[in-house]
Amino acid sequence: MTSAVTTATPPRPTQPAPSGSRRSLTPAGVPYALLLPAFVLYALVVLYPTLSGALYAFTDWSGRADGTTFIGLENFAEILSDVAARSALRNSLIIAVTVTAVQTLVGLGLALVLHSSLVTRNVLRTLFFAPAMLPPVIIAFLWTFILTPQGPLNTVLRAVGLDFLAQNWLGESSLALWTVIGVVIWQNAGLTMVIYLAGLQGIPAELNESSELDGATWWQRTRLITVPLLIPATTVAMSLTLISSLKLFDQVFAMTGGGPGYSTETLSVIMYKEAFVSGRFGYSAAIALVLTMIVFAFAMVQLGALRRFEVDR
Amino acid sequence: MRQRFGAARLSREVLMIVCACAFIFPFYVFFTVAFKSQAEVAASPLALPTSLNWENFATAWDRGELGTAYVNSIVVVALSVLILVGFGSLAAYVLSRRLSRLSTLTYLVFLLGLMIPLQLGMVPLYQVMNSANLLGTWTSLILFEAGHQLPFTIFLYAGFIRALPREYEEAARVDGAGAITMFRKIVFPLLRPITGTVVILTGITTWNDFLTPLLYVGGSNQQTLPVAIYAFRGEFATDWGVLFAGMAIAIVPLLIVYFLLQKYFIIGFASGIKG
Repeated sequence: MTSAVTTATPPRPTQPAPSGSRRSLTPAGVPYALLLPAFVLYALVVLYPTLSGALYAFTDWSGRADGTTFIGLENFAEILSDVAARSALRNSLIIAVTVTAVQTLVGLGLALVLHSSLVTRNVLRTLFFAPAMLPPVIIAFLWTFILTPQGPLNTVLRAVGLDFLAQNWLGESSLALWTVIGVVIWQNAGLTMVIYLAGLQGIPAELNESSELDGATWWQRTRLITVPLLIPATTVAMSLTLISSLKLFDQVFAMTGGGPGYSTETLSVIMYKEAFVSGRFGYSAAIALVLTMIVFAFAMVQLGALRRFEVDR
Repeated sequence: MRQRFGAARLSREVLMIVCACAFIFPFYVFFTVAFKSQAEVAASPLALPTSLNWENFATAWDRGELGTAYVNSIVVVALSVLILVGFGSLAAYVLSRRLSRLSTLTYLVFLLGLMIPLQLGMVPLYQVMNSANLLGTWTSLILFEAGHQLPFTIFLYAGFIRALPREYEEAARVDGAGAITMFRKIVFPLLRPITGTVVILTGITTWNDFLTPLLYVGGSNQQTLPVAIYAFRGEFATDWGVLFAGMAIAIVPLLIVYFLLQKYFIIGFASGIKG
């Protein structure tokens, strides 16, 4: 069976170069100047703004004419006492952990099923991956309508006699965060699936076949062969999901704007509001710096944990 | 395949089709509501539209100025991707062929950009764009998209170039080709598979981006599609039919391209993200 998912690999020359001459021919002559356009753009758009943002996090910068003063850790102390910021911090962590865990499991499940010999597997892969291609804002508006109290979802639930499940999905502050999480997972589960499908293509078929001959069941093969060999794909899928869900903005901004109350605020959303609604640039930079620290901390912990797991095998 | 088409397999097949139908239920809602009048939506959110009226689409196209937004989105994506492919491949070429400490350090500085949230530099960069009088124009957005996605682009190209044998370049060097000629004539054509991946990944990311476009070009006549749809939602808050027609106009071409090229999209994402 030919694989639908392969990865881009470089071409190989048809004739190998004479060995021995390799060292002398190393192209050291590639001029550094070719690097300049990229570096200048990167410095202008990423390095300079990031570094100055990190510095402004310790100031009361608000764009006023009377200048900016260094205020030490005051902004960070305020984050700890600000109800909106604390709620945002909590929500961002809940979103990151929940979305990463559930989306990884759903994506893995889809990949395992769609890697098998289903007739419809290519069509299904295309369908499950489709939402991940679309603008999050548009997906958010689509779901906003579906989730309205008299909307399609509740209509379906009532039609099948599950009236007690019909909820005010986005209007109930105890529920809204979980609803947003569900929408994010719906949109991106296909992405995790695609990463896992690529990982599955890399597992030699003989490995499964020989263990099948030895009498291993499907579950044993999945647990003892497939899943351990999917750890690199898991690292990639989980880091990607974790980082993007920590920074979640579009879906929240478009569906709830952070409400009801502060129940769906995220760090990105309050950072945006503090900067561009209230004009508190210094404080918003402090929130962004906290977000950055969390992203780095999570990435380190996760890479470390998965690496250790990989080595143990 | 050794498996026979037994009952177990058939039930798995059916189960997955049922799952897929539940999964794409939102798309059914999407395309039916786009054809409904406000009264129809209120009466029954799930029924098929009584008639295929295209009025919603005409209203959305005119009132949402979606034609302009389309042109803006296409220009921003095309130019950002062009810059990313050009600057990114050149930089990655240097970084993977030069094996000095400076080169390694520069590569690491670029990779750092993969993790830094754009939020940290958001206000300072906004101020830079503001003082350069670039807000409200494509230029600011293109600079942002290209600069911000360079780390990922360089990461993809560098991984590919490192696995690319040097023999081609060595042969060209013997023939006396200069660095730029060699890159243009020999190296760049060999990068085609990864260039495809870069184009798909950065193209989709740029096309769908919302936060920065909202800040830079929101409310101007150079706004991109997601921003135009967002503004449109504010205006047609209760008329779901017109809003959904506008959203459909924004995504249908994207969906058609996706379904036609789905294999390349899936390969692109799989190989790109795997790195």
